[in-house]
Amino acid sequence: MSKLVITDLHVTVDTEDGPKEILKGVTLTIKEGETHAIMGPNGSGKSTLAYSIAGHPKYTITGGSVTLDGQDVLSLSVDERARAGLFLAMQYPVEVPGVSVSNFLRTAKTAIDGEAPKLRTWVKDVNAALEQLNLDPSFGTRNVNEGFSGGEKKRHEIAQLELLDPTVAVLDETDSGLDIDALKVVSEGVNRFRQREGKGVLLITHYTRILRYIEPDYVHVFVDGKVAESGGKELADQLEAEGYDKYVSAVR
Amino acid sequence: MTVTTDSVRSALEQGPEHGKVESHLHPAGSFDVADHEVPTGREEIWRFTPLKRLRGLHADAEFMPSATSCTWNTPEGVRVEGVSGDEARGLRGISGLVPNTRWAARVLAEVPSSLLIDVPADTEVAEPIVVELDGTDVAVTEAGHVAMRFGAHSKAVVVLNHTGSSSIAAVVEIAVGDGADVTVVSLQDWADDAVHLSHHQARVGRDATYKHAAISFGGDLVRMDANVTYDGPGGSAELLGLYFADAGQHIEHRIFADHTAPRTKSHAVYKGALQGEKAHTVWVGNVLIRKVAEGIETYEENRNLVLTDGCQADSIPNLEIETGEIEGAGHASATARFDDNQLFYLQSRGVSEAEAQRLVVHGFFNDLIRQVGVPSIEDRLLTTVEAELAKNVLKDVGSLAAFGSDD
Repeated sequence: MSKLVITDLHVTVDTEDGPKEILKGVTLTIKEGETHAIMGPNGSGKSTLAYSIAGHPKYTITGGSVTLDGQDVLSLSVDERARAGLFLAMQYPVEVPGVSVSNFLRTAKTAIDGEAPKLRTWVKDVNAALEQLNLDPSFGTRNVNEGFSGGEKKRHEIAQLELLDPTVAVLDETDSGLDIDALKVVSEGVNRFRQREGKGVLLITHYTRILRYIEPDYVHVFVDGKVAESGGKELADQLEAEGYDKYVSAVR
Repeated sequence: MTVTTDSVRSALEQGPEHGKVESHLHPAGSFDVADHEVPTGREEIWRFTPLKRLRGLHADAEFMPSATSCTWNTPEGVRVEGVSGDEARGLRGISGLVPNTRWAARVLAEVPSSLLIDVPADTEVAEPIVVELDGTDVAVTEAGHVAMRFGAHSKAVVVLNHTGSSSIAAVVEIAVGDGADVTVVSLQDWADDAVHLSHHQARVGRDATYKHAAISFGGDLVRMDANVTYDGPGGSAELLGLYFADAGQHIEHRIFADHTAPRTKSHAVYKGALQGEKAHTVWVGNVLIRKVAEGIETYEENRNLVLTDGCQADSIPNLEIETGEIEGAGHASATARFDDNQLFYLQSRGVSEAEAQRLVVHGFFNDLIRQVGVPSIEDRLLTTVEAELAKNVLKDVGSLAAFGSDD
């Protein structure tokens, strides 16, 4: 039974005025087969949560724990976390000049699996993954994220999700900057992933729009570095109608 | 750790009373050795070069009988030959070079023979002309002159491949005929003790295309000046460079695109990596847009990747503009360590830190290696980059099977 458990997580980031606390005690459990949406206003710490789970060096964990199937995630390096089954689809995927998508995908797959994928099936898998996300097969020869449109970057993230096949996927504002067609394509990719056995998804978003295509099991309102309220998908409808104002004013 | 400075001078900005800017880009030049002082190291064009390590090549070291073997292939329709006497003397200055240093004046005055590469007009040479220069004795200070003459509408690739131990001052002159398409690659893959001072001067004919690639890995001290002037409108020059400096090495590349004709183009990209204590690289990118050179386009770029502590990369783009009637002029210079976000992105996909660093370095050089566009040396360059990486920072990483067999 795979399970991501976040308990009382406190995270600071270094600023000119010294460390600033961004996450102020986040507690959240994602069981296998579950999709959790985290919604919150700008600056509430949603992305910090995503990057802290993945292990970005910019963030310092000052308290709490994160475990995946009982394993202490916070003691692992970034690449060890990925190999343990975590995946972060980034809001702003990074350009890697001179490294082709196909080389990148194969290197990542080899690292995750501990052995090189079988050439024939791998090429087929890659082409199928790209095609399902409306990416041309020639996409593989382009340099990672270099000159990609916003939509191409996000579709490329989801292609990686499908190919690398993690246990828990954290999607950081994957919907931002997408037009409606791209949003549908990306959502279909995420839904294909969810249908696989035992997968957990943490979907971080600013807007309710994507939740029409990816239906969450739980919705959490994230304000001022922690979960302010949790509920079912009806909570998203309420946020759509009322916005974040009442939560934001409550913490002021 | 690193120094980056930058200067853009414009005659236009200084008001109408100044026709010309006072700078080192307007030397008088002379073939007479006596007209050139021995440099002290304080001159603008010498200030980065450790003169003490040049074994007197910049001053008055004796040019001894050569201890560097020189061999080449001769594709059909091409003349490649050592020439002497009147013929050699007739080749001095075929690129329009008038020496502005004592050492270059000495080379042209004293070296008895020249290596001539002569490609007649309208000749397309299918295979690269490869000249192998292999030094055998670093104690022998010597000099060489290479003259390349490409006739109108000819097409050819020349590779100068430097290996072994040598202390050599070399002047390479390149005359590119009208409409010709020429690539010259100079590979400095010297042994650790070599000293190599060189000046490559090209004159690009009307509507001609010229590509020059300077690739420096080995040697104790390598300094190359790669200069271009234009013999008519429409000429285009691409100046590429790739260098990798290890501990104690001084690798210095200077380019000078002198836009002497209208509607000409220059595009320079130099990329370098540094690793180890006292690895020092210098890039000086000079561009002069003369008053006559209306409608030109120029862009120059230098990027340095600092892999360890204790290195120094100097990077100086220097643009002088005497006419505002141009299509475009730009420059970029960046010297940095690994980008944390790039490494994080790769690691978040399961790739170990060392492998991620290796991917980034290969990627950094990959595009440039492809731009050189000579397939027969691409593999060799990739292998050399790999060997450089294995020496130091990434020595603990096993072979990454995914790399090299790409696409």
